[in-house]
Amino acid sequence: MSDAVLTLSHLHKSFGALQATHDVSLDLKAGEIHALIGPNGAGKSTLIGQITGHLMPDRGEVRLAGENITALSVAQRARRGLGRSFQVSSLADSLSVLRNVMIAVQGLQGHSFHFWKPVHRDASLVEPARAAIARMQLESRAETPVSELSHGERRQVEVACALALKPRALLLDEPMAGLGPEGSARLTELLEELKHEVPILLIEHDMDAVFRLADRISVLVAGQVIAHGVSDEIRANPLVREAYLGD
Amino acid sequence: MTRLHKGALDKTPGATPVPMPRIQRETWVNWALLGLLLLAPMIANALGEVYYVNLATRIAIVTMAAVGLNLAIGYGGMISFGHAAFFGLGGYVAGISAFHAFDMTPVLSWPITMPGTDNLLVIWLVAMLSCAVLALVIGAISLRTSGVYFIMITLAFAQMIYYFAVSWPTYGGEDGLPIYLRNQFPGLDTNDPLTFFLICFAALVLALAITARLMQSRFGAALTMARLNETRLATAGIAPYPIRLVAFVISAVITGLAGALFADLNGFVGASMLSWHRSGEIMVIVILGGVGRLYGPLSGAMLFVLMETLLGGLTEYWLLFLGLILLFVVLFARGGVMGLLAGRARHE
Ligand SMILES: Nc1ncnc2c1ncn2[C@@H]1O[C@H](COP(=O)(O)OP(=O)(O)OP(=O)(O)O)[C@@H](O)[C@H]1O
Ligand SMILES: [Mg+2]
Repeated sequence: MSDAVLTLSHLHKSFGALQATHDVSLDLKAGEIHALIGPNGAGKSTLIGQITGHLMPDRGEVRLAGENITALSVAQRARRGLGRSFQVSSLADSLSVLRNVMIAVQGLQGHSFHFWKPVHRDASLVEPARAAIARMQLESRAETPVSELSHGERRQVEVACALALKPRALLLDEPMAGLGPEGSARLTELLEELKHEVPILLIEHDMDAVFRLADRISVLVAGQVIAHGVSDEIRANPLVREAYLGD
Repeated sequence: MTRLHKGALDKTPGATPVPMPRIQRETWVNWALLGLLLLAPMIANALGEVYYVNLATRIAIVTMAAVGLNLAIGYGGMISFGHAAFFGLGGYVAGISAFHAFDMTPVLSWPITMPGTDNLLVIWLVAMLSCAVLALVIGAISLRTSGVYFIMITLAFAQMIYYFAVSWPTYGGEDGLPIYLRNQFPGLDTNDPLTFFLICFAALVLALAITARLMQSRFGAALTMARLNETRLATAGIAPYPIRLVAFVISAVITGLAGALFADLNGFVGASMLSWHRSGEIMVIVILGGVGRLYGPLSGAMLFVLMETLLGGLTEYWLLFLGLILLFVVLFARGGVMGLLAGRARHE
């Protein structure tokens, strides 16, 4: 698998007696959307956390573009090209949407020890941030404090922040939740277009969106990958139907 | 869910900068207070009331110390209970240097010979550098922790330095060190109370301007995010720790310079400048004025010094009144005095 951008091998993670991740290996290839599905508490978010460094795996390895990043910090991994959105949005609520996204642009550019030039007059920060916001169709909310946004909008800001990082791999944790049918449809379209720029590991409960978008699907149950394949295989897989699709 | 409001279409994405904050009521209050601090000693001086000139100088210096601490607490979310270490170190640099200049003995004779000096520019530079180095050490260790641990460890460091000063007889130990002749600024007569006030006032204005500018910069944006949501900052590829550490150092340098001025104002430096009471006092001023408001320390220091002077003269229990006011501020006026004067809480 030479074209894998992101490779997880044999990841393990326990919280006390709870095995949240059990021997998970999967990869993300250029140009694809790889969906990660599974029931509540299956360990999907925990897995993303181990990829981005918010959680440390007990065992196993994470590689980004061939480099072993398992021991790196969150910030170091982000600088190497991991962009993520959080299931429970993690933004600065009192700041505007624009300010939240601008921090990602600042991180991408890599110089935060500039003490003099005001950021609000810095076009090299403001313009890419506005572009990412426009991509999520949040232009009209750019100056709004995040605290005044709906849950759906907050998740979109999360995605905008991740996009502003110009990542090599994009990890989205339930980006459709709270969007409503119209918003989901629009985001689905966007992701379809986006995957040609950056491969996406997508956690999503909206099965219509998953089956429409995913090139490959992995099914996680109780910390283990119980099935893996292209959409039609997964749809037909009896184990999956029983464990997850609920028939 | 329609997101395209009227007007959204004619906004070219990318072309519009973030709007400049409007000049608000708070700005007028800030300038009024600053103007008051500048004018009052001038009038007092004209009336020959030197006491009040020195009182204003004291307010300016204490404000500056709190401006430094406010950068750590208010903007960086780092609740340092050890800023007296920097205030005192700045003071001791001024005191020790003046002591050797008076004695005509060297401060250091090995490995290099370093004579004492009464040149304020040199003293300030040394005071700021010393505070930067000390803050780098204290910060590097303390910032590994957070919350209550951070408060306690900064306190512990400051106490260590306090006891060190008390037990070091060369520089007066418990008795402290007098500065017989006020240190000199090239071309100015620092012994003139109004001149010395103006020097301190200029230093304060500079500290305020630097803080304001800093907080609008990339560094300020990162520091703000470190306070509001550390995870978001890290997720954006910016490590919070070095950002905080640098902010802590800048904060210490500002407070340290205030300490150097304070020693010269009083003509004396003693271990009390390093004590935890002093750390607490600076923190109280920050809270009184309104945490994280640029000019908060000014109103906080005015209130504090005036209470100390007026009530402190009337009753030994003035700290009780201070405590009550503090309680009131914490419970009912989260924005501090600036919150009361300028209305609604700070908006970022
Ligand atoms: N920090 C933690 N400490 C202890 N247990 C945790 C922690 N984080 C997650 N867990 C547990 O690990 C399991 C997996 O959680 P995780 O959030 O990864 O599930 P998920 O698949 O994302 O679920 P959902 O679909 O509800 O988001 C759950 O049982 C959860 O309670
Ligand atoms: Mg989850």
